[in-house]
Amino acid sequence: MSPIQAWTLVFVVLTFGFYIWIAYRSRVSDTAGFYVAGGGIPAPANGAAVAADWMSAASFISMAGLIAFSQNGYAGSVFLMGWTGGYVLLALLLAPYLRKFGKYTVPDFVGDRYNETARLVSVVCALVVSFVYVAGQMAGVGVVFQRFLGVDRTWGVVIGMAIVFLYAVLGGMKGITWTQVAQYSVLIVAYIIPAVAISLQLAGNPFPQIGFGQILGELDGLQQDLGLAAYTEAFTQTSMVNMVLITAALMFGTAGLPHVIVRFYTAKSVRAARYSALWALFFISLLYTIAPAVGAFSKYNVLTQIPGSAIGDTPAWFNTWSDVGLITVTDLNGNGIIDVAGAIGEGTELAINNDIVVLAAPEIAGLPAPIVGLVAAGGLAAALSTASGLLLVISSSVANDIYWKKINPRATDAQQLRVGRIAMAAAILVAGYLGINPPGFVAEVVALAFGLAAASFFPILFLGIFWKKATAAAAATGMAVGLGVTLLYQLWTLPTFFGNEPILDIPATGIGTIGMILNLITIVVVSQFTKEPSELMQQVVEDVRYPGRSELVAAHAEGHLGEYAEEHHLDDDR
Amino acid sequence: MLDVDQRREYWRRNVRIMSVLLVIWALVSFGAGILFVDVLNAVSIFGIPLGFWFAQQGSIIVFVLLIAFYVWRMDKLDAEFGITEYEQEVHHQ
Repeated sequence: MSPIQAWTLVFVVLTFGFYIWIAYRSRVSDTAGFYVAGGGIPAPANGAAVAADWMSAASFISMAGLIAFSQNGYAGSVFLMGWTGGYVLLALLLAPYLRKFGKYTVPDFVGDRYNETARLVSVVCALVVSFVYVAGQMAGVGVVFQRFLGVDRTWGVVIGMAIVFLYAVLGGMKGITWTQVAQYSVLIVAYIIPAVAISLQLAGNPFPQIGFGQILGELDGLQQDLGLAAYTEAFTQTSMVNMVLITAALMFGTAGLPHVIVRFYTAKSVRAARYSALWALFFISLLYTIAPAVGAFSKYNVLTQIPGSAIGDTPAWFNTWSDVGLITVTDLNGNGIIDVAGAIGEGTELAINNDIVVLAAPEIAGLPAPIVGLVAAGGLAAALSTASGLLLVISSSVANDIYWKKINPRATDAQQLRVGRIAMAAAILVAGYLGINPPGFVAEVVALAFGLAAASFFPILFLGIFWKKATAAAAATGMAVGLGVTLLYQLWTLPTFFGNEPILDIPATGIGTIGMILNLITIVVVSQFTKEPSELMQQVVEDVRYPGRSELVAAHAEGHLGEYAEEHHLDDDR
Repeated sequence: MLDVDQRREYWRRNVRIMSVLLVIWALVSFGAGILFVDVLNAVSIFGIPLGFWFAQQGSIIVFVLLIAFYVWRMDKLDAEFGITEYEQEVHHQ
C-alpha cells in the first residue's frame, strides 16, 4: 500500500466513523425530526448544512476543470455566477416566506397554495430531479474509491450506500443536517489547503483569489501561443446572449430546486431562515471564489509543463493520471511529441478529464501524501452530503406527499416514519444501482435539471407568494407550458435524443430561461380568466408576508384551516 | 399584531429594499460580468481584468454582501414595527 493510499484510508475511516457517531447522537423518533429536524437547527449550522448539501461531487471535483479546461476560462463564469446568484433570489424572494408557511416539502406549499393537480406535478418533478442528481453522486463516490484506494468501483459505491444508509435512515433530517455540518468542514479544509499551497508556490500569495491574478497575463499569452482563445477573453465560445440565458437558467434553477428549498424549513424561525441563507452563501463562496483560481493555476501548470514535451518524458503526476485513463495522449501526427495547436480535448493530441484538476492539484504541486488523502476524503464528503440531502427529499415526497396525503391520511406518526425510512432505503438501492451502471445521459441531464427547475418551480413559488390572485388553474397551466417547452427543446437538440440544430442558436442549457418567462406570462394571463383563490387562501398568503405570530398561519400549519375559516367567516371554497 | 396600515407600510418597505438589492444583483452579474465585460476589462484589479474579475470573483462577493445587508436591514425593519416574537413551532401535520 502506497503512502497516499494509507493516508487516504486513514482519513476515510476517521471521517466515516465521525459521521456515524454524529448520526447516532442525533437519531430521531418523530416525523418532524425526520423531515425537518424539528425545525430546530441554529442558522450557522443550517447554513453549513445547506452549503454541503448544495456543493456536490460536481462542485468539489469537477467545477475547476469545467471552467479552465472545458471552457477557455471566461465562458466558465456561467457556473460561478449561476450557482451563487440563485441564493440571492432564494434569500430575498422565497426562503423567509416558505419558512413562514411552515410545512415539510415544496409540493406541500404548491398543493396548499394552489391545488392537488399542481401538487402531483411538483412531486413528480421533485422525484425526477432528485434521482438524476443522486445517481451522479454515487458514481462520484465510486470514482474516488477507485482512484485513491484501488477499490473496485462497484464496492466503492456499495460502501458509500452503506454509510449513507446508516446515518440517513437512522437520523433523518436531524442526523443528515449535523453530519452535513461535519462534511462541510472536511470538504472546505480539503479544498483550501492545496489551493493555498499552490498559490504560494506559483504566485507567492497565500490567497488564491488574489494570487491567480499574477499568472493570468501569462496564461492568456500561453493560450494564444498555442492557438487557443485567451483565458480572460469574453464571448470566444459562448455569445453574449447565451451567457445571459445560461447564467439566468442556473440562477433561477438554483432557487427552484426542491432539495435546496427544503433546507429553509429546518430553520428555527423566519429570521433564522434569512440568516441561514446568508451563512449558506458565505460558506459556498469560500469554495466558489477559490475554484476559478485552482482552475487557472492547474491550466498554467499543464500548459507550461506538457505541450511540446516528448511522450514518455512527462512529469510523474501526468503519468499516474494517464494510467487510469483520465489523461489521454494521442500522437496524431506520429512525431513522438505532445502537440497542442488550436484546441485541447477529445480528438486532439491531449485530452484532460475535468475531474482531475482538483484531485491531482496536490500531486502537481508536489504536496505530501496526507494532503492528497485529505482531498480524497473531501471529495467523498461532498458526494455523500449531497446524496443524503437528496435521499431525504425522495423519502419525504413518498411518505408525506404520496403516502400520507394520498394513500393513508389516517396514518399515525410512527407509520409515516416507517414508510419514510423504507422509501429512503429503497431510494438508496436505486441510487446505488444507477451509480454502478450510470446511464449515459446522466451528466447531460444533471446540467439540464436546473433549466427544468427554473421553468417549472420558480415562477409558481414566486407568484404564489407575491401575487395573491395567482390561481390554481393558472399555476398548473404555467408549469405545464414552462416544463413542456423546456423539456421538448432539450430533447430536440440533445445528441443522445434527437440531436437537431438549435433554433436561433439557443443552447439546451439556456432554454430554461425562456421556459420560465413563458411560465410567468402564462400564469399572469390565465389568472385573469380563472376563478380567484379563496378568500381564506388570499388571507394566508397575506399573513405569510409578515414575520411574527399569526393565528391563521399557525392554524394552517396545524391543519385546522377549515375550523379557522368557519370561526372567522372566511370563504374556504378552493 | 400589526394593524392594516402598518402591514401595508411594512410590505411596501420590504418590497423597496428587495427591489434595490435585486437591481444591484443584476448589475454586477448580468451587467458587469457579461454585458459590459469588454469595457471593464480595460481596467485591472490585482492583475485580473475587471470584467473577468466581476464574472469570477466580484459578483460572488457582492452576492454575499447583498444578503448580509438584507438580513441586517430586515432585522431593523422588524424592530421598527415591534416584531420580536418569531414563532418557533409551526411544524405540524
